[in-house]
Amino acid sequence: MMASSYNAKDEDGHHPGSVGSGGPGAVKSKKPDNTAFKQQRLPAWQPILTAGTVLPAFFMIGLIFIPIGIGLLVTSNNIKEFEIDYTGVDMFSPCFNCSQNYSWNSTSACTCSVPFTLDQPFESNVFMYYGLSNFYQNHRRYVKSRDDSQLNGDKSSLLNPSKECEPYRTSDKKPIAPCGAIANSLFNDTLELFYIQPNGSRIAIDMVKTGIAWWTDKHVKFRNPGGNNNNLSHVFRETSKPVNWRKPVYELDPSDPDNNGFINEDFIVWMRTAALPTFRKLYRIIQKKKDNMTPTLPPGNYSLEVIYSILEKSA
Amino acid sequence: MARETGESGETKSAKVKKHKRRKSKKESKTRIVHANILYDHTKGGDNPNRHYANNKIKTTKYTLLSFLPKNLFEQFHRFANVYFVFIALLNFVPVVNAFQPELALAPVVFILSVTAIKDLWEDYRRHRSDKEINHMDCLVYCRTEKRYVEKYWKEVRVGDFIRLRCNELLPADVLLLSSSDPDRLCHIETATLDGETNLKQRQVVRSFYDLDCEFDPIKYNSVIECEKPNNDLNRFRGYIIHRSGRRDGLYKDNLLLRGCTIRNTEEAVGIVIYAGHETKAMLNNNGPRYKRSKLERQMNVDVFWCVIILLVMCLFSAIGHGLWMFQYGDKRPVFDVLSPEGTDLSPVVSAIYLFLTMIIVFQVLIPISLFVSIEIVKICQVYFIHQDMELYDEETDSHLQCRALNITEDLGQMQYIFSDKTGTLTENKMVFRRCTVAGVEYSHDANARRLAMYQEMDSEEEDCTSHGGTLPRRDSVISHQSGKVVLRSQSTKSHRRTGSRAEAKRASILSKHTAFSSPMEKDITPDPQLMDKVNECSSQMEFMRFHSQPLNQIPPDLCDVFDFFIALTICNTVVVSSPNQPRQKVRRYELKSPVKTIEDFIKRFTPSRLTSGSNSSSSSSLATNRSSSHKVGCSMLSSPSAESTLTKLHEEKRPEHDLQHAFSPVPPNFDKTKALAQDECELRYEAESPDEAALVYAARAYKCALVGRLPDQVTVELPHLGKLSFELLHTLGFDSTRKRMSVVVKHPLTEQITVYTKGADSVIMDLIRPATGATGIEDRLQDGVPETIASLRKAGLQIWVLTGDKQETAINIAYACKLLDPEEEIITLNAESQEACAALLENSLHYIQAKFLCNPRPDPQVARDYAGIHFSSPASSGHSSPFLVHRLGLVIDGRTLAYALDKSLEDKFLAVARSCRSVLCCRSTPLQKSMVVKLVRNKLKVMTLAIGDGANDVSMIQVADVGVGISGQEGMQAVMASDFALPRFRYLQKLLLVHGHWCYSRLANMILYFFYKNAMFVALIFWYQFYCGFSGSAMVDQWYLIFFNLMFSAFPQLITGTLDKDVSAETLQELPQLYMNGQNSEEYKPYMFWMNMIDAFYQSLICFFIPYFAYVDSDVDLFTWGTPITTLALFTILLHLGIETKTWTWMNWVSIGFSIALFFTVALCYNASCPTCFSPSNTYWTMQRLLGDPMFYLLCVVTPIAALLPRYFYRACQGTLFPNPVHVGRQLDTLPMDMRRIFLSQSQMKLGSLGSLFPPRAPFFPLCRPFQKDYRPRVKQTHMSSTKQKEKTISSPIPSKSMEMRDTPLSSKNSDNHITLNFRMQEKVQSCTQGADSTLSENLYFVKEPSSPITGTLPYTKDTPLSRTILESTGLEAPLSPTDLSQVGLLTSTPLLPQNETMQLTSPPRSCCLRQNLDDQDHSNQKSLLKQAEDVGHTQSTSCLQEHSHKTTFL
Repeated sequence: MMASSYNAKDEDGHHPGSVGSGGPGAVKSKKPDNTAFKQQRLPAWQPILTAGTVLPAFFMIGLIFIPIGIGLLVTSNNIKEFEIDYTGVDMFSPCFNCSQNYSWNSTSACTCSVPFTLDQPFESNVFMYYGLSNFYQNHRRYVKSRDDSQLNGDKSSLLNPSKECEPYRTSDKKPIAPCGAIANSLFNDTLELFYIQPNGSRIAIDMVKTGIAWWTDKHVKFRNPGGNNNNLSHVFRETSKPVNWRKPVYELDPSDPDNNGFINEDFIVWMRTAALPTFRKLYRIIQKKKDNMTPTLPPGNYSLEVIYSILEKSA
Repeated sequence: MARETGESGETKSAKVKKHKRRKSKKESKTRIVHANILYDHTKGGDNPNRHYANNKIKTTKYTLLSFLPKNLFEQFHRFANVYFVFIALLNFVPVVNAFQPELALAPVVFILSVTAIKDLWEDYRRHRSDKEINHMDCLVYCRTEKRYVEKYWKEVRVGDFIRLRCNELLPADVLLLSSSDPDRLCHIETATLDGETNLKQRQVVRSFYDLDCEFDPIKYNSVIECEKPNNDLNRFRGYIIHRSGRRDGLYKDNLLLRGCTIRNTEEAVGIVIYAGHETKAMLNNNGPRYKRSKLERQMNVDVFWCVIILLVMCLFSAIGHGLWMFQYGDKRPVFDVLSPEGTDLSPVVSAIYLFLTMIIVFQVLIPISLFVSIEIVKICQVYFIHQDMELYDEETDSHLQCRALNITEDLGQMQYIFSDKTGTLTENKMVFRRCTVAGVEYSHDANARRLAMYQEMDSEEEDCTSHGGTLPRRDSVISHQSGKVVLRSQSTKSHRRTGSRAEAKRASILSKHTAFSSPMEKDITPDPQLMDKVNECSSQMEFMRFHSQPLNQIPPDLCDVFDFFIALTICNTVVVSSPNQPRQKVRRYELKSPVKTIEDFIKRFTPSRLTSGSNSSSSSSLATNRSSSHKVGCSMLSSPSAESTLTKLHEEKRPEHDLQHAFSPVPPNFDKTKALAQDECELRYEAESPDEAALVYAARAYKCALVGRLPDQVTVELPHLGKLSFELLHTLGFDSTRKRMSVVVKHPLTEQITVYTKGADSVIMDLIRPATGATGIEDRLQDGVPETIASLRKAGLQIWVLTGDKQETAINIAYACKLLDPEEEIITLNAESQEACAALLENSLHYIQAKFLCNPRPDPQVARDYAGIHFSSPASSGHSSPFLVHRLGLVIDGRTLAYALDKSLEDKFLAVARSCRSVLCCRSTPLQKSMVVKLVRNKLKVMTLAIGDGANDVSMIQVADVGVGISGQEGMQAVMASDFALPRFRYLQKLLLVHGHWCYSRLANMILYFFYKNAMFVALIFWYQFYCGFSGSAMVDQWYLIFFNLMFSAFPQLITGTLDKDVSAETLQELPQLYMNGQNSEEYKPYMFWMNMIDAFYQSLICFFIPYFAYVDSDVDLFTWGTPITTLALFTILLHLGIETKTWTWMNWVSIGFSIALFFTVALCYNASCPTCFSPSNTYWTMQRLLGDPMFYLLCVVTPIAALLPRYFYRACQGTLFPNPVHVGRQLDTLPMDMRRIFLSQSQMKLGSLGSLFPPRAPFFPLCRPFQKDYRPRVKQTHMSSTKQKEKTISSPIPSKSMEMRDTPLSSKNSDNHITLNFRMQEKVQSCTQGADSTLSENLYFVKEPSSPITGTLPYTKDTPLSRTILESTGLEAPLSPTDLSQVGLLTSTPLLPQNETMQLTSPPRSCCLRQNLDDQDHSNQKSLLKQAEDVGHTQSTSCLQEHSHKTTFL
């Protein structure tokens, strides 16, 4: 410090010969610059919060929120919602048997059908969700338990999944594809909807199973290994299915190669972990009729056929 | 060659090590230095000097290799860093980890690297300056080339001979062996070491003194043994052993220290004794101090609370997780993933793991960036304080220096100011004011006018600056370096205006090189009457000389005048130099043989002594000796030696009207051109104290100029007579015990030996009643001191003045600077013993209680309604004491203070002192000063500021919470020890009231905001734990979580923390009461932390639950829900800052806009960058989708508003319903300029009448009124309130009574601030209190006495401490011993003036013990003492004389 301090003094003109040689102009003043910034005199707005300023502000805010509130109210009133609980906890519930007899090892699926009646027609597209309650998809270890590169079609990750997937990384000394707890606990109930005509005949309602996932998920984030190789069973041959699954990943939707394997949208939707323990996930979309004359779901009796397999019991 | 040996030395380092052990034993106490040239041929192997440090300095802390480990090691000394590293490392434990471990390291690495870069930069700067210094050139003797060759400083080694030329810096500590100076002297300037700009003489080692020819290093074969390197600048001991075996002592006078500059000496040669880091300068080199501010201490408590909150939250989560696990029992849900090993964890174990995880997740609560941010903000604050134009002093071209970077906010919280007087309140510019010679007073009206003009000029310009704004101060001081005398009396305003600014600046810069030589001090307008006499005297003398008549025919009054000026000129230690380029010493004109032996000396001086007593009949004051001197004078005049003196008188005569030419010396040795050049400029006087310089300048104004000073000779140039050389036989320097200095000279005209003594009035008047003359010197108050003190006091600061001055002087100054108020009562404590002091304190305490408790008028801390604005008084909560501050002043002297500071009495003393409005400690020693500060600081738990300028204030400055040094004329010690260095006292006002206030409120608000911000953000995650099974999951992406503090929300708060102004500078200065805000810590009280925490939790609840309810039971995924929450939190936090920001400049807008833009940019880039990276969280395309979601925008509008409503509402209520003074100040700021001025002037008026706008702590007691009433007229009687009146009264020839002149505090603003101190004549000093003595020679009395026994030829007073200690031991201790008898106490409860009533509460008889005091002014006692002292001096000088004679025989 001292060294630097007397070094500074040297610069002041104590060097031999420099005294007197510098004219008045050479003497550099230490005078600070007179700028608004350096003198802390920048022009400034000084709001002072007093009742006089705050009350109008409150009033303004209130006024702005009134139309917003009205808009929200109208929008939410336009949405019709119909909810069916098929958990089967209740003795008289159609799915009670399934919920009781359920076990992972049962090879045969338990099916039950839940009848319900719509009083109001459902216009436009109808979105069908499944919901789970108290299913902590947001649990810290659960959320982590996946391998995004494997899901992105990375070959090496396919055969050597990330450690994050433990303990659902390998089974039978084969890597699991898709690995991890999220994939392992995939919601695999199958829901089908039938319209019961007044004459008693059941008409299956068309449900679209694509377009339910984010476009970026389907096209960027999730990819099958092997690119356009349609022979998925070959691609996945050195992997094993997740422990809880009944069928391997390449048989999720054999009918549509664009919805099979990792890019199966039901799978993608499940993999997007929910924020809260009670959540719903989009399952199917019932598209509105082309003629636009009849409602998508006219009022009447319906039946929901459930292939009850799953895990909600465990929640 | 030296380089070679150096390298070989390095290669043989192993060998060196071996040697070292042996060596270290041998040189345990001393260092032995051989000349290097003797060992050159051995290639360094045998060089005995090789173990000493070389001259290469390295002040850097690190090398390239050691930087990383060493810097990290240092950084880990800070606990917070260790904590954050621990947390980051915790992330690497798989069961615990919350984030990607590498990412978790990022903030810590960032913080560490920021600090490391800062350290690296500082180190690099040190390295560069080291390099520059190491590569400076100097001349080192080279054996092979047989001459001096240029080498770098770093190549200089111990034992080298170096040749130094004028104006060169010394590369190392060098023992002076030869000097081109005929007196074997070398002058050095030590400004870089101690800041003293006067020249100091150093002497060639005695053995080399007598060398006739030039010093030849080859012939040198002595060995030097001296002490080991130490850091004592004032000590050097050793001896030199010659081949012959003879030893000579070495003293500090032989040593030239590194960093000093050679002046006035053409060439000097020396041998290096200490080099590099072993030099005294480097050993004195201490790093900057680290202080912790009060705010930081407070903050650390709250950081601790944050830790507690963190642990509570973690514990809560852990228990919650345990319970959550427990409720599932054995049936494990699928989402509760097993551990990687597949084992099942029990609820308890997982709860413990979770606890650790939560510490990681919640780590943000402990603000990692707070410490870095505070450092950044403080650096910015320091920058702005540096840049303040109003703290820049044009005269000295210096601005405020912040030497401590981390206590800026303490400036806003001061409660007590301890101030030094001389040089701090006053300018320490002693200005010659008037004089009396032989009883005739010369009033120097013109001089007084001149001084008044300076004053006027100052005040005028002050007006200019205050109204117009930017006119620089003192822009029109005319250059005096040009050599042309500008008659001050003529220079009216217009004239001054013409003086260009650059010229003025140059003048000030040039005069900076010489202390005590400002134009004000230098230009003295002579009194015409006295001038006439001088002219008359000199012309007569000239006449007599030409006609070889004896000098005793001069009329006695003229002779007195002559003696008076001779005394003024030579009775001092002023060194003369010419400013013409190198400080060239004025050559001696003749060499006179010094007195050879003591017998010779006695023989010479005996006659005068014998005759001295005989002729003392004259009525005039100097009659005692003059007649005798005449006799001796004429007898000597006929002697041949005297004749030779006369013939050598300079023949040159100069036109009378050109003053300047009369002063310019023309040394006979100089050639014509040089002489001409020399003519152009005047001489410079390098004085050790300002009063000496003032007197010499005064004498010069009467053409009696000091032109040269050598150890044994003083040359004076007199009008008509030309140059006279006085042989200097002995000098008795000024010391505080003798309180005078004397010179013994042989008069060249009369060959008479004369003693001239100069000393303080008390001493001289006691010694010899009639004096040759007396001078009045004035030390002006600095500009604006009374105003500053008044406004600081209004700001609620208690101001204590601790001074070494005598009581009267101190009280006078205190009145002048409005520290004491004539309306106040003054309690004076003067006690002679511990018991007396105890009794006094007890009594005064009772007195205060009785006086002020019987009038139970409470402190008027009542809220006042002023002009529609509500003021609530700043409740005296800061001072929780029951003590109220009364309108009382306390004056205490050093001795009583010593008793009062005793453990048993300190509480009582404090009780008395704290109830007084102002305290004045006179005669206090440096140690006492620091003890007082320490006592007040520790006992009252207040923030203390000490301000001073001299070395005696250093201890006080170091003890106080904030030390302020005045970079004045008394050197740099105070500045070196201080935290802040100011050019002038008055800058303290802006520093404290404006910058202190700002720094404090900015930092306080920033710290509170930091706590709020982190708590608010962390609480969001805490609420989420209720919805994720307390699993430690976070909906906020880890990137946002980690960089939220460092990036997204960092800039606006830094800008606000640096630039926010709650109240404008003008208002702060005009309403000093606003300062109490900081004193009472009102910006940052403990409850505010909790308020902020509660607000943070509320806001986070809003920010959490509005999105929760917006997305509940939907298909929202974790991060699509978490990202809006992060965004909302950011908006809320920024808007919160907006509510807290008082002034919005464009920088605030830009920083907030930047923060938001940065967040979205980062989020968009991050969310688009990689679909598979950043496990475990993957937020691919989230932000992009959110931006297309109207819900997101709705949330962004609704949530921050809802979250901030309470705070907004609270702030609005605060501003409307219960505004504190700061709010009022802010409201004043919003008024237009002219309105505000009217408003403030009104408030000032009210302040005057009501006491203050906000009632101060000083109550207004009706009981004081009687005092006021009968006091005021008296004031007017006794004190001439304005300068003009003063002049009139003074002009009466002989003031009979002691006259104390001062500015009455009642006088209006335009009256001057200066004070003339105790101008007394022929009157025994009447001290109003016993025990008062005077060291500071405001009054100097010149005595010409016949040679008293203090004589001897000591050409150079060496080792004065030695003689001083003897003086003390013999002279001092005897009278001091039986003090236990004295039980004297006097309490005067009055203003000091003699007319005022004296209340003697206890009046024990003045015991005789008083007399036994040294300080007492008893005549006989003093005399006897003096005798003793002089005897000692005599013996001392004779011994020295012997030494001297020894030397001459050696020759």
